[in-house]
Amino acid sequence: MVKKPLRRLALDGDAVVKQALRRLPQPARRLFLRRTLTLGGLSLLSGCAIVDEDSAEHALMQVSRFNDRVQGWLFDPKQLAPTYPESMITRPFPFNAYYDEDEVPEVDAANYRLEIGGLVADKRAWTLAELQALPQTDQVTRHICVEGWSAIGKWGGVRFSDFLARVGADTSAKYVGFKCADDYYTSIDMPTALHAQTLLTLSYDGQQLPPRYGFPMKLRMPTKLGYKNPKHIQAIFVTNTYPGGYWEDQGYNWFGGS
Amino acid sequence: MNEVGGSIHPIWLRATHWLNALAVLIMVTSGWRIYNASPLFDFKFAKDLTLGGWLGGAILWHFAAMWLLAANGLVYLLCNVASGRLMHKFLPPSPRAVLADLLAALRARLTHADPRQYNAVQRAAYLFVIADAVLLVLSGAVLWKSVQFPLLRELLGGYESARRVHFFAMAAMVAFVTVHLAMVALVPRTLLAMIRGR
Repeated sequence: MVKKPLRRLALDGDAVVKQALRRLPQPARRLFLRRTLTLGGLSLLSGCAIVDEDSAEHALMQVSRFNDRVQGWLFDPKQLAPTYPESMITRPFPFNAYYDEDEVPEVDAANYRLEIGGLVADKRAWTLAELQALPQTDQVTRHICVEGWSAIGKWGGVRFSDFLARVGADTSAKYVGFKCADDYYTSIDMPTALHAQTLLTLSYDGQQLPPRYGFPMKLRMPTKLGYKNPKHIQAIFVTNTYPGGYWEDQGYNWFGGS
Repeated sequence: MNEVGGSIHPIWLRATHWLNALAVLIMVTSGWRIYNASPLFDFKFAKDLTLGGWLGGAILWHFAAMWLLAANGLVYLLCNVASGRLMHKFLPPSPRAVLADLLAALRARLTHADPRQYNAVQRAAYLFVIADAVLLVLSGAVLWKSVQFPLLRELLGGYESARRVHFFAMAAMVAFVTVHLAMVALVPRTLLAMIRGR
């Protein structure tokens, strides 16, 4: 169904690190995180290795979990992200992923099936045509990246709360998780999933969503940072078990709200 | 209002001062690493001066120390106002007095005979850095939660404008710390006073 191009080794330093991270098994990756967390960090503060690195990382992750709870509490389901006139759209809208643009997965539209799982009544898979037949809406909003930059774009698609209602999702569950064709995965809180501006996006700027922006479908949330907006979604599941995420498991804040 | 036993700095002031110093050190060095991920201007901060190792680590530090900065700053402001120290020590710094003391300082003729009294330049500088820290927290809140704090976001001119406000407020803080440390080096007994209170 999905043809993934061979990953080529990038020369850019950050990309090399990302590449290396992807190839490390989980325990080694954690070790890597620990080392990078403290490089130039604790040594800067303490001048030597007197601070226990494990407990420092543990404490920072504890605060990050606390920040998840604070953000959940601050999140106002009725508070809308600002929208902009089409004249303010950033052109070209930047490509962004954990890999280079020439590594974007090619998803075959005809064979595409969106799998639905977990705490939902109707687990039937969806074809792209079926998704396109649902009522659509669009919005021009600001995409904010965890790196700090932002760009304005126009996304269109199905209101995610409508879709969740249609498949009979248990909206009292805690999480909605996503698995993607580019091996990316992430998860969000249910209140954000039900937010009026959270879109199961099928189009960009009036055109079918191009591969570089997540064909055939991405989840677009102007209330969350870019890395929380998964592209090339293949499976959606509703759960009460914390699913984590590609970047979140390496130390990015899970809630990632704005 | 006056501190007992010839103390220059009450204990709450010394405690909040050093906690603030730690918070500012973490916030600035981790903030530089976050800046480097997507520089606003045509330069990056030297990686050896930054905290966190990579963007994710820097953000963990930044979003942990922000609670220390904000909570400690709030305790400082409350104690300062409640004790009357803010009015007594800092207000009012008239522009004329600031200018006169600044000129005296530049000619190295400013007296430090009574460390209980802040001269007009000190008053202006300390009031400035308090306001700057408040601006850093508010602009940081917009960057963290631009959707949830719409009024604050619009007051600062939107998300992208808030990024610049946050950067220049950081630069002002670093400039203050530089001068502050130079002054402490020139008059070392002020460091003793901030440690033992007199």
